[in-house]
Amino acid sequence: MSDNTRQMNSARREFLSKAGATAGAVAVAPGVFLTAPAAAKPADEKVSDDKRWGLLIDTGKCANGCDACVSACENENGWGGNDNSEKQSSEEQRAQWIRKVQLKEKATGHVSALPLMCQHCETPPCVDVCPTGASFRRVDGIVLVDKHICIGCRYCMMACPYKARSFIHEDLTDQKPWTPRGKGTVESCTLCVHRVDEGGTPACVEACKAENHNAMFFGDLYDENSEISQQLEQHGGKQIRADLGLNTGVRYRGI
Amino acid sequence: MSQSTLFSRVVGILTSLLLMMPLASSADEEGHRLPFSDLVLTEPTRHFSDTQECVEPEDEMKRNHMNYILHQRDETMYKGIRTRQYALEECINCHAVKGEDGEYIRVEDPRHFCASCHTYASVNIDCFQCHADIPVRESTLQQSQSADSQHPAQAAYAGNHGGKIQ
Amino acid sequence: MKLALNYREIEGKSTGFWVLLGGLGLLIVLALGAVLHMEHSGHYVTGMSNQIVWGMPHVFAIFLIVAASGALNVASIGTVFGKPLYKPLGRLSGLLSIALLLGGLMVLVLDLGRPDRLIVAMTYYNFKSIFAWNIILYNGFLAITIVYLWLMMERKMNRYYQSAGYVAFVWRLILTTGTGSIFGWLVAREAYDMALLAPMFIIMSFSYGLAVFILVLMAAYNWTNRPLGNAILYRLKNLLGVFIAAVLYFVAVYHLSNLYATEHHSVERFILMDGGIYTTLFWLVQILLGSLVPLVMVYHPSIGKSRPAIATACALVIIGGLAQLYVLLIGGQAFPLDMFPGYEVSSSFFDGVVNSYSPSIWEITLGVGGIAIALLLVTVAVRVLRFLPETLDDGVVDPHAAKAD
Repeated sequence: MSDNTRQMNSARREFLSKAGATAGAVAVAPGVFLTAPAAAKPADEKVSDDKRWGLLIDTGKCANGCDACVSACENENGWGGNDNSEKQSSEEQRAQWIRKVQLKEKATGHVSALPLMCQHCETPPCVDVCPTGASFRRVDGIVLVDKHICIGCRYCMMACPYKARSFIHEDLTDQKPWTPRGKGTVESCTLCVHRVDEGGTPACVEACKAENHNAMFFGDLYDENSEISQQLEQHGGKQIRADLGLNTGVRYRGI
Repeated sequence: MSQSTLFSRVVGILTSLLLMMPLASSADEEGHRLPFSDLVLTEPTRHFSDTQECVEPEDEMKRNHMNYILHQRDETMYKGIRTRQYALEECINCHAVKGEDGEYIRVEDPRHFCASCHTYASVNIDCFQCHADIPVRESTLQQSQSADSQHPAQAAYAGNHGGKIQ
Repeated sequence: MKLALNYREIEGKSTGFWVLLGGLGLLIVLALGAVLHMEHSGHYVTGMSNQIVWGMPHVFAIFLIVAASGALNVASIGTVFGKPLYKPLGRLSGLLSIALLLGGLMVLVLDLGRPDRLIVAMTYYNFKSIFAWNIILYNGFLAITIVYLWLMMERKMNRYYQSAGYVAFVWRLILTTGTGSIFGWLVAREAYDMALLAPMFIIMSFSYGLAVFILVLMAAYNWTNRPLGNAILYRLKNLLGVFIAAVLYFVAVYHLSNLYATEHHSVERFILMDGGIYTTLFWLVQILLGSLVPLVMVYHPSIGKSRPAIATACALVIIGGLAQLYVLLIGGQAFPLDMFPGYEVSSSFFDGVVNSYSPSIWEITLGVGGIAIALLLVTVAVRVLRFLPETLDDGVVDPHAAKAD
């Protein structure tokens, strides 16, 4: 257990607990408050900082040989895999949004694995260094690249402590319309923002559930009643490279 | 005459000849053959029907479609507004053209809806470096415009490959 | 008697002049061809990847930009510090500074993933990014140096050039601090995250800039048969020695500081012992050939007075500088990020392994093209405008030296 879980931004929690009481009274206002956890906001409503999306990964449940999350992300967003259109890039040049990392503790020999993707930091170094502001953090916590203004300088890739970003080294075709990606720009895990905005869950989390490993949780970190918040409260969650003080949205249990 | 006068007169004559070249393009034969070349200019074609209208009037779209696209892209990227009215994907879904073989025409082919006009106007399209140039999933525009619209989340989704057009 | 200082354009009619222009032009054309290939096909044709993100083009570009800042040093010493011996060199110093900066920026911009979006880079600014600040600083530096040059060269405006000189001096220090901070502010990578990098870049700029300046000065006067006296040349080479020593000091402090902290032992071991090419480049090229040998050459009582030796020392400093940047830029990226201290790590995205990089011909051609552009600009400018004094003989620049004979 660590104190990290409490640092979710206490001001937000206070607001929410007060708002929750008020919300209960007006819960039946149509189209505004929905009871389901994965609530879909109306398409024409902009995202707000009342929510902060995050992931919790239980490395104890993450199976060593399994890469369902990786395959799901590949299929969902159109990178990697056998069918990919990055045929001319070398292995080091091909994009990878999420990867399984195998860990072996040097002192004890203990072996474990975990998926690593963009950590959706609260103070992302990639956002700080982007000269055009293409790398940005949306108010609800998802860190994205606006590929319309990305000039492909790759400074964000230098700055990312998790090596989460990839650069596209060749022309692409047959992109998924919900995940545009193209040559000369930088990309990374979007927390499946196209799904999340419509009330869905990221593909990796769904795949992990489908495999019955249940190692990944997704939800609103500011909502005390969400599954992820309750899991964090009960079992705690650590950030990778916590010393950098980035307050990541992705937390791990068991590291 | 002096050298500099001769030089300036030759330049003047050549420049005026050059400026008169566009007159040659008002040829009578169809296809508007350009002088000194085999290039045939195609007029832009329209691939939506007369009953199903575009989201804005045609002349408005002709002049300002890029502004709608630009505005929508910022709304979606920064605010997560995913209305379908001006979504690029919906434009593609409506304006897509199929070739004789029944396959969708890609943007490199000048018969692609966007390419047909942009090739004529010689304006580079940046969108399809990243965006899909042909329809991939069913349009939700009709649904969102109708009275009993279902939320796009319930519509065909990416992961389960439902609702693919082909 | 004191001879008047007269600036004159070079003749520029000899075969050698046209061969030089042609050769540099060819290198530029090749570089542009390489850029076309890289941009059209995509960066997969280069040796850069998602693991080694910045490569040879950046080594060359940063070298040129850093040298550009340092090349203006000579003019600053004349204007800001008032040393009369340096004043005749002020115009060439400003010119070289602009040319090197343009060459470096060209390489940097042409390596972008989307160079067609340069306008975007100039209109959308994220002011928290030191990179964005650098864009402003570089352009500002160009403008200020052009004004400075104009004030120096336009006789009627001569009395104002000092203010421009002061502004250029301060701007230069801020600019080079910014360039060093591009790396120094990257907390993610062990080889970079260090405030020392900013002043180190400033000292590196003094060293590389002066080395390039001396070489260009010697070449310009040698190839146009104009006299270049020992008074100026020896002062410059002695100053170069000081800067080489200063760079060595900073490198020593950088590594000693890192070595003291256990957490940095692995990256230091990598650079100093285990890194293969990086270790070789560090010890053999950066330290030995690039710093110690030129230092000895420059201060040796007889070798230091020989012109070929001075030129060689300058060339070695430049090569050492390129090696230093290669070790810093690429070595720093080759070493894996330490996300899980105490663990051995492996993945499909090359976590936990030393990344490899082999530069492609396209990147090297682009980098060389940047150097060629800088030199071409200087060559054309000295032919067209009055940057070079007719003579830099001892009697002209330093009346005391002439009397001492």
